[in-house]
Amino acid sequence: MLEFVESVQAAVAGIRDGSTVMIGGFGNAGQPFELIDALLECGATDLTVVNNNAGQGDQGLAVLIREGRVRKMICSFPRQSDSWHFDARYKAGEIELELVPQGNLAERIRAAGAGIGGFFTPTGYGTMLAEGKETRILDGRGQVFETPLHADVALIKAHVADGKGNLVYRKTARNFGPIMAAAAKRTIVQVSELVPTGALDPENIVTPGIYVNTVVRIAGSTSGAGNTGRTETTAATGKVA
Amino acid sequence: MSLTGTSIQTSDTALGRDELARLVARDIAPGSFVNLGIGQPTLVSNYLTEEQNITLHTENGMLGMGPAAEGDQIDGDLINAGKIPVTELPGASYFHHADSFAIMRGGHLDICVLGAFQVSATGDLANWHTGAPDAIPAVGGAMDLATGAKDVFVMMTLLTRDGASKIVQSCSYPLTGVGCVTRVYTDKGVFLIGPDGVQVRETFGCTLQELQELLPVPLSPASAVAL
Repeated sequence: MLEFVESVQAAVAGIRDGSTVMIGGFGNAGQPFELIDALLECGATDLTVVNNNAGQGDQGLAVLIREGRVRKMICSFPRQSDSWHFDARYKAGEIELELVPQGNLAERIRAAGAGIGGFFTPTGYGTMLAEGKETRILDGRGQVFETPLHADVALIKAHVADGKGNLVYRKTARNFGPIMAAAAKRTIVQVSELVPTGALDPENIVTPGIYVNTVVRIAGSTSGAGNTGRTETTAATGKVA
Repeated sequence: MSLTGTSIQTSDTALGRDELARLVARDIAPGSFVNLGIGQPTLVSNYLTEEQNITLHTENGMLGMGPAAEGDQIDGDLINAGKIPVTELPGASYFHHADSFAIMRGGHLDICVLGAFQVSATGDLANWHTGAPDAIPAVGGAMDLATGAKDVFVMMTLLTRDGASKIVQSCSYPLTGVGCVTRVYTDKGVFLIGPDGVQVRETFGCTLQELQELLPVPLSPASAVAL
């Protein structure tokens, strides 16, 4: 069931303690900052978060980690020059880390959305990240068995949604959005723009609305030159015409 | 095979980072699809020529990446794998992360250029983790790139700060990929790794004999065809 809501608070309502939450974005591009802020505000805790990174600076996912809401991170690249909140929690033994090569992370998310029970991949074979995993020689190459990554909720950012929840992204901000939308039981999307049904060319839709449950428009979202990936205004929504 | 009398020294001095980047750029076949790793490999893009018609891939989801963005070109939605704002060239395309890594894993990428801590005589690569017990591990796309590209070129200084060779018999750092490196570009020479072991294509500021004294693996001169 697709809903369009008026606020990010309404969008994230119902996310329970202990949920597995996929959060889109690679660096700041495509990171749904406003939805993450709302998740923080709603108080849900003991979360398992799937993201490429483990938060940067003092915003978004980094704040969720700082506030002790994240029990476990599943990611490919937690350590960055400004990942101090994750670093501190990790060194204190207060957060669990499942480190996954980036392509395996993406394919495990894709597999979940596509109903695949697992797959063999050459990535990681012979390394410490394959330890304890089933391996086979297939097509003459060592391959590692990887399992799908499901989630209760996905928080993603797209550029435009229409009245059917069809989504279009912008440039490299697309990154994990389409695969997370399919992998989660409930997909919550923040967009910069809402357009009437029929206004998007069906040939150009990237995420079909079947994967989308909740849409909220963030007023004042910018795109194009000068876009920092984050808007400073508070959330509001526009009606679908 | 005797190493004396073999003259493959092509420079009187060791190469700097930019000279090395120019050399790697020159060796990339026209029309190739290429991924340049973060750090030193990024310099290679400065020396690719228009005539080469190279398409750059960035694993966060783009083919046809242009140079770094400047001034009002900067767009937070358009970054490379190092999270640096970049530009798009005519003919660029965007795709999601699973497709981007399928491009690598599926063998569609001709070359990736990566940095390394160590490369073994059989082409094992160690470039993601020092293995130090207090280090927070972070792998990113390193294993996918090492495993997926048809050719994996490494760019690095040949020696550590302590003077130890980074080309080793067997890597002591945790591996990124097994038997994946095909070529190593260093300040002191270019090495080809294949079924015939480690071959030296050219040396910079030293002779093959001198290079052999620095390295714990047997070297042989590359045959002229192996360019």
